[in-house]
Amino acid sequence: MPVISYREALNHAIREEMERDERVFLMGEEVGYYQGAYKVSQGLLQRFSERRVIDAPIAEMGFAGVGIGAAMVGLRPIIEFMTFNFSLVAIDQIVNNAAKIYQMSAGQFTIPMVFRGPGGPAVQVASQHSQALESFYSHVPGLKVAMPSTPYDAKGLLKSAVRDENPVIFIEGETLYNTTGEVPEDEYLVPLGQAEVKRQGQHVTLVAWSSMVPVCMAAAEKLAEDGIEAEVVDPRTLRPLDEATITASVQKTGRCVIVEVGWPMCGYGAEIAYRVQRECLDSLDAPIERVTSDDVPMPYAINLEREVIPQVGEVIAAVEKVLYLD
Amino acid sequence: MGKSSTQSQAPTPPPDTPQPAVPSSSSVQNRFEPEDDAPEPASKEELLPLYRQILAIRRMEEAAAKAYSQGKIGGFLHLIIGQEAVCVGAIGALRPEDYVVATYREHGHAYAKGVSSRAILAELHGKKTGAVKGLGGSMHIFDKQTNFLGGYGIVGGHVPIAAGAGFASKYRGDGRVTLCFFGEGSSTIGGFQEGIALAALWKLPVVFICENNLYSMGTPLYRSLAVEDVSMRALAHGMARDRFDGDDVIKVKRRIQIAVDRARETGEPTLVEVRTYRFRGHSMSDPGLYRTREEVDEWKRRDPLGIARRRLAEECGAGEDELRAVEDDVKQEIADAVRFAEESPAADQYLPYVTREA
Repeated sequence: MPVISYREALNHAIREEMERDERVFLMGEEVGYYQGAYKVSQGLLQRFSERRVIDAPIAEMGFAGVGIGAAMVGLRPIIEFMTFNFSLVAIDQIVNNAAKIYQMSAGQFTIPMVFRGPGGPAVQVASQHSQALESFYSHVPGLKVAMPSTPYDAKGLLKSAVRDENPVIFIEGETLYNTTGEVPEDEYLVPLGQAEVKRQGQHVTLVAWSSMVPVCMAAAEKLAEDGIEAEVVDPRTLRPLDEATITASVQKTGRCVIVEVGWPMCGYGAEIAYRVQRECLDSLDAPIERVTSDDVPMPYAINLEREVIPQVGEVIAAVEKVLYLD
Repeated sequence: MGKSSTQSQAPTPPPDTPQPAVPSSSSVQNRFEPEDDAPEPASKEELLPLYRQILAIRRMEEAAAKAYSQGKIGGFLHLIIGQEAVCVGAIGALRPEDYVVATYREHGHAYAKGVSSRAILAELHGKKTGAVKGLGGSMHIFDKQTNFLGGYGIVGGHVPIAAGAGFASKYRGDGRVTLCFFGEGSSTIGGFQEGIALAALWKLPVVFICENNLYSMGTPLYRSLAVEDVSMRALAHGMARDRFDGDDVIKVKRRIQIAVDRARETGEPTLVEVRTYRFRGHSMSDPGLYRTREEVDEWKRRDPLGIARRRLAEECGAGEDELRAVEDDVKQEIADAVRFAEESPAADQYLPYVTREA
């Protein structure tokens, strides 16, 4: 099976969906002639022309709304945010229009579109360019939220997102673009709302998505050296959430650590913790632990940034805590 | 048309209203000098249906106000009474396949696009038979069948959506035109600015229609805009523009037709400012204390309903019996719609409309 990067996997997904469906177009800042700020759209302008790969000026609220209007009347837009930080100036469009038009019109108008781009902390880009916004978007009924952690998932989930009848917030891991993995040449889809067990284990369940999956996988390898087998569950889609895969794992292991790169207050992990305690109370041998970024805007200096973002050591410490080894 | 010979006095704020500490530009006044151009000729065949629509919207809005005061309609209710000629004339310039995007003051626009008074009033009553099954209420009427793309409650937030519908028409080459309505209060917010900027840049077939009624809620024009003429914003984008009084439905239709034809033939958008006035408050909870009685009365002398009726009688040869027949017909239609709204079953479903699953 070919090994390609996360970035290439996304590119292939967009290319295949645009080839398959003439209604699909890509719009965003620098997606065309510049070939994408993160090069996800490399070559697409040449393949599909300016009609379907549209460079937008810096007007996120405007072009997010253009996508919504186009989706209402039957197109299937992919709107790229150069980074999800900039989606905040379009959040009225996403929350008040994209998420609600299906409901407000009593099902007459669907909004089949994807808002995609990188999110989560990058490296030394400081507070305004380094934050995780999935908890914001997962709060909103009418949206779906997908966050792939591997090239395989990136391609399969993005193709599903483009084909979905609803607005999908598709947050790519900014630090994952260069990671590589096996991706089949034949067409496949990863359905929205389906978690995957990325590593089997019987002693503790680690729940993580996007950039925290590699961190948890590394932590699990280290723990294995001491005979602790961690199971790593990646929900892949935060809304809708595949609760069953997570709770089945916790019922098996009896211990749960949720690792997220977002802030702790009202973070998505709190929702998972609530659901796990509700479904698994009798199986839990220890209180659920959460590992999150620190409750601060992201600092610039590399040493401070490392302190803020969850690292392998913190995951191991949390596992030791729920195993009463600390 | 609206060429009232009345010498209108510049409205002064009511005496108990505090004056702004910093007076705005003296060039911005809170009044419009009525235009005195000659009315465009119209046939009875053209004007009578438009008159009927204006009248039906007026009676529908009055019925809504009554039901609201009886507690049968809840939430916010923004009436368009006084402004009807703008939506009726503008939408009268469209084809059925064209799109309309409107604000939360959209009952008239929905009706003019073809949504029935039954569906509108039932929606206001929160009934299952309403335009959107009781999920949207007064501010969110949508109708796919008539290409009415909705009423939106966030000021200016719908302007990019209209640009998007225009984008889709250009993408597909389907020859459709989108009309986007908003008030002058929208012209300061980002959604408006970005929406028209993109429509101008990409040459999208959209006509942006500012229904300038002089007040963004309770704030008069001279305290909200540095430049009174909203259509001037088109200049910054190299966009065509127009500006005129909205009291005569024929005039509105003719002038909007020029912009619609431009959009259909060249793909170019237009920003139009139509000067109008709402006779009632911003919403039912607004007694309108920020306006003088004299100002409101002056505008009522330019009532679009009266102008259309007068023109029918004086210029189009419509007989009193003929006009009465239309009025009786409208009366029956609205009475039926009120009865339908009251007797319809309550809304009963909300769960199926969160996400669409295959």
